[in-house]
Amino acid sequence: MDPHLYRVLVIDLSKLSYHVEERKEYFQNYLGGVGAGIPLLREFLDPKIDPYDPDNVIVLSVGALTGKFPMISKMVSLFKSPHHGFLGESHGGGRSAISLWQAGYGALVIKGSSPIPIYLTVDGERVYFREARALWGIADTATVGRLIREREGQSGYRSILRIGKAGEKGISYANVTTETYRHFGRLGLGAVFGSKKLKGIVISGKRTTLPKDKKGYLKLYQEIYNECTSSPTKKYHELGTSENILPLNALGALPTKNLKATRFEKAEILSGENLAIHYLGRRIACSHCPVGCIHLAVLRERYPDDPYFYKTTFVCYDYEPLYSLGSLLGIERVEDFLKLMITVEKYGLDAITTGVVIAWVTEAYEKGWIGKEETEGLSPSFGDAQTYMNMIERMIDSNSEFYQRMGRGVEALVERYGGKEFALSYFGNEISGYHTGPGAHLTHITGGRHSHLDSAGYSLDQKTFKEGKPIGPKEMAQRLFEEEALRQVLTSLVVCLFARNVYTLERVKRGLQLFGWDLTESDLFQLGKKILVEKNRLKKEMGFEMGDLTIPERVLETPSPFGPLDEAYLKEAVKSYKDLLNSQ
Amino acid sequence: MIRRLQILDSERCVGCQSCMFACTRREGKASLEGSRIRVRSIGGRERGFTVIVCRACQDPSCMYSCPTSALEKREVGGVKLLKEKCIGCGKCAEACPISAISMDGEERKPLICLYCGYCKSYCAYGVLDIEKVNHGSSSLQSPCD
Repeated sequence: MDPHLYRVLVIDLSKLSYHVEERKEYFQNYLGGVGAGIPLLREFLDPKIDPYDPDNVIVLSVGALTGKFPMISKMVSLFKSPHHGFLGESHGGGRSAISLWQAGYGALVIKGSSPIPIYLTVDGERVYFREARALWGIADTATVGRLIREREGQSGYRSILRIGKAGEKGISYANVTTETYRHFGRLGLGAVFGSKKLKGIVISGKRTTLPKDKKGYLKLYQEIYNECTSSPTKKYHELGTSENILPLNALGALPTKNLKATRFEKAEILSGENLAIHYLGRRIACSHCPVGCIHLAVLRERYPDDPYFYKTTFVCYDYEPLYSLGSLLGIERVEDFLKLMITVEKYGLDAITTGVVIAWVTEAYEKGWIGKEETEGLSPSFGDAQTYMNMIERMIDSNSEFYQRMGRGVEALVERYGGKEFALSYFGNEISGYHTGPGAHLTHITGGRHSHLDSAGYSLDQKTFKEGKPIGPKEMAQRLFEEEALRQVLTSLVVCLFARNVYTLERVKRGLQLFGWDLTESDLFQLGKKILVEKNRLKKEMGFEMGDLTIPERVLETPSPFGPLDEAYLKEAVKSYKDLLNSQ
Repeated sequence: MIRRLQILDSERCVGCQSCMFACTRREGKASLEGSRIRVRSIGGRERGFTVIVCRACQDPSCMYSCPTSALEKREVGGVKLLKEKCIGCGKCAEACPISAISMDGEERKPLICLYCGYCKSYCAYGVLDIEKVNHGSSSLQSPCD
């Protein structure tokens, strides 16, 4: 066993105090990560609370195999989401997981709200509350990271989590950025940080652990390492996830111009191949991940007052932002995409939601649902990156009702201005870039986070399409449920989901044995189901009801590779999924 | 003949720190702490990484700094630590001009590369290699980049 893993560091920002508690049972029974985080959140959080209330709670957790095997490089965050009001769950990499584990904790619980802006430094047993008034309001999250790095030292061996202006302002889909290029995205962890006047967290430590059987450990490590560095996992290093642009476009599944279409005539330009050949400047990795999937593009912009001097900026890219800030907005130039991405990164916004919100605004403006009165004179149109950047700036700085609503997502806009039929969101979370078939949408509807990663229906769609064997709604629900249950095991350990095929239950079993757990593959799968049920139970207590569902007309109208999606099929599959959850 | 680690091209380093984990794993530990090789960003990860490891000097600065003669010169270059003589003062770490020595947090003894090459097997990007060079050779690539 790994006794430091049971230690939970509880930080109360209202009292500027901290102490350590032990929760052995959470880590022994649920492995850590999501599994241990759910009971921890339940213990410290009133599920009915307003997400912006000081009593909202943030749990950061790592798992049983963190620091021990490669690609187990993620830290989980759990909180009540200010974006959709239900369970917020977001995973981030960088050095966060290794740092928290080496600091000697399985989890960090942050409650209360600081009277002034601060950042936290967790250095092993010591916690410091650092004054951060001078950091509040700095325009660029990268600058904040640099300033903290200079002040804290130990470059390379600690993690720096921070928010940008979006988080300070409480934009409901503000991110927390770590190590400049990784994010706790989607459900507004950044806004919860902001509401607590918490600008950032620095984590470091020097703990080590010993396996029970050194020889067995070295052998299993080698086996896993070999898998991580060979095909198919290796593809994440080569082109990265952006390799999906061309195949999804060819399939007719790449959401384009607010999903009016599924093929983008400029897909070639936004492709991973084009980016790698002409813009890739460096590939980097999370700590303890030999894959190195983080692709950084280089943008050179000429200064207007100097014909021979260029500003050189590095920016990360992946499939999802290439969809949301690319094809979905009809962006036809790589430079325009990169500039949008830089703007999103600068303020610490979620790239997917920002893109989907802007796509809705563009169509609503085209259709006359909103006008210049709302946009403060701006005229958004597909492909016009400069206007989009201006709108993001306004969203950060303007206090008008329209821009405030933009900062709360498409459903907040629809509530005031109409246009639900083309609002690409389920339960308040904007959709990812896969119009591959019913599976992709069902994952968004039924998944714990309403994220494509919950049960990867997009992948199941492509598989069944390729095989020419579409499946019925019941089987679809069953397969998504099983996939999501399996993923709960991985996200409790906490494995990067790019290694989902490396960490088979059989390997996980052997890995856990080396560190004192004795679980069979069947035990692990049952545990995954149990965690999934627990998660949904907590969501329900927060007010979530899967039956309160409307499917946007746009999703049903625009054909997927399988043709137009059938609403009755989707609803039946949702019902089956609910039945499966209830029958556990 | 000197046998030591060579940094072939630190520009190819992705900063995964797998070499550091390998170094501690060789001793049966799972951690970054205690590694004899270190990888850190130059100052912003986009600028790349610096890989720091002992270059097995023929005339090692660290050796001269030790007040208890706990560092013994090796025939094949570099130094060997005589643990029983070491008082953990850290003078050797201060003396090394390339900062290739760090102090073990628990034991308070210097961590110096053993030139075993285990880390090399866990660099997926060909950054590390083991080189053998003759004494006096001047055609070395920088072993610390």
